[in-house]
Amino acid sequence: MTEDMSRYPLRLEGDDVPMVRFRNVTKRYGPLVVLNQLDLDVSTGEMVTIIGPSGSGKTTVLRMLMTLETIDSGVIYVDGEPLTHMERNGQLLPASSKHIRRIRSKIGMCFQHFNLFPHMTALGNCMEGLVQVLGLSRREAEERSMELLDMVGLAEKRDEHPSRLSGGQQQRVAIARALAMRPKVMLFDEVTSALDPEVISEVTNVIRRLVGAHDLTMLMVTHQMGFAKEISDRVCFFFNGAVEEQGTPAKLFENPERERTRQFLNAVLDAN
Amino acid sequence: MTYIEFLQVHGSRMADGTVLTVVQFLLATVVAVVVAVLFGLMRLSRNPGVRGVATVYIEIFRGTSLLVQLFWIFFVLPLFGLNLDKFVAGFLAVGLNMGAYGAELVRGAIRAVPRGQWEAAVALNMTDRKRMWRVILPQALVIMLPPWGNLVIEILKGTALVALISVADLMFEVRQINIATFLSVQAFGTALIVYYVLARFLVTPFMRALERFMSRKIGRA
Repeated sequence: MTEDMSRYPLRLEGDDVPMVRFRNVTKRYGPLVVLNQLDLDVSTGEMVTIIGPSGSGKTTVLRMLMTLETIDSGVIYVDGEPLTHMERNGQLLPASSKHIRRIRSKIGMCFQHFNLFPHMTALGNCMEGLVQVLGLSRREAEERSMELLDMVGLAEKRDEHPSRLSGGQQQRVAIARALAMRPKVMLFDEVTSALDPEVISEVTNVIRRLVGAHDLTMLMVTHQMGFAKEISDRVCFFFNGAVEEQGTPAKLFENPERERTRQFLNAVLDAN
Repeated sequence: MTYIEFLQVHGSRMADGTVLTVVQFLLATVVAVVVAVLFGLMRLSRNPGVRGVATVYIEIFRGTSLLVQLFWIFFVLPLFGLNLDKFVAGFLAVGLNMGAYGAELVRGAIRAVPRGQWEAAVALNMTDRKRMWRVILPQALVIMLPPWGNLVIEILKGTALVALISVADLMFEVRQINIATFLSVQAFGTALIVYYVLARFLVTPFMRALERFMSRKIGRA
């Protein structure tokens, strides 16, 4: 079944265009509906955290935005332009890979398992995208990479391969690598879930500094409720592929309206 | 005639043959590597036509005998106007055949690179080509080197067949000596030892060193 695309605008215009907009986005794996007609806006500079039980579709939201998953219906807009589609003769058509690459350049992502390139040093990991994708000279790329490695406190590890770094260090390199590309939107997909408890703060501290210092839009999936509460502008609770409830951290954590949100938060707090 | 005397008489001929065997082996290995990477990548193409060509190639060259392929290239292709020197036909047949096995090693190794590596390359907005050459293939290489160690030995042993189209390799010389002297034990015994020494003391240590070198490059050692 093909969707009638004419009800979606070709681009978003006006004073308060969100940096990210999901409109009516559905994702299925066979008969399983992972996301069900999701509508979600994220404003420029906003830090939005997604929480929810496993299987609620929260990671899928980030993966679709990074174009690691296709969508089955709806449109995703980034910075006013459609990401999943492109305009041809006044119509929205599925995006070409060239179009996807252009819009995708605005997005960066960090993964649960870091996914650093094992055959490159920390510095090489950061420089790779700058040289190979942005076409910077090696000198410029090294300069920018070192700035970021310095920011995450790993300048002296520049020549180490990922296998010689701890999990926390690897994740900080991964953050530096993503930021080096100067994205407008950063996605953090359970970036502390694979870490030992004692190094989690290394990574959360780096993210904390980003919130203060950059005009960066951030979307984060996490199980660290305390961290989410502390740094988010808004928290979205996902359930069964849709936003069940959202609001400021204070409201959502201290005064949730929905029964499912309460159940989830109680279960998580019990576990801690 | 003692074995020493046998070697004194026929040793230089067998040495010449060994040199040719090594040259055939090296050239066949180059062909096999090129074919393996090319068809291994084609097997993973999104285009069904490209994938199909690679599948047919691999099926034909793995599914039929190397000796038959050698004879085809040397005796049948000239009937279609393609004349190849026996020296070229020899290493080409061995390389094309072994490359088909190699293609499957390449394909398997590429698929064995963790998904997260592909995803990280997408997140850095790399083109498909850069992702393959800069991120996936270097890691696939480390994964596929141990099975390639086996295949390279197979290539060496496979070159013995080129004697049958009269390329003057070790096997060819040994057979000539056998026909002339009837000293089968000495002749074929020497061939056995030479192939073993080449495989065990040249090819295997080289492949091991390559594995160690690549592991170091990837920061695992």
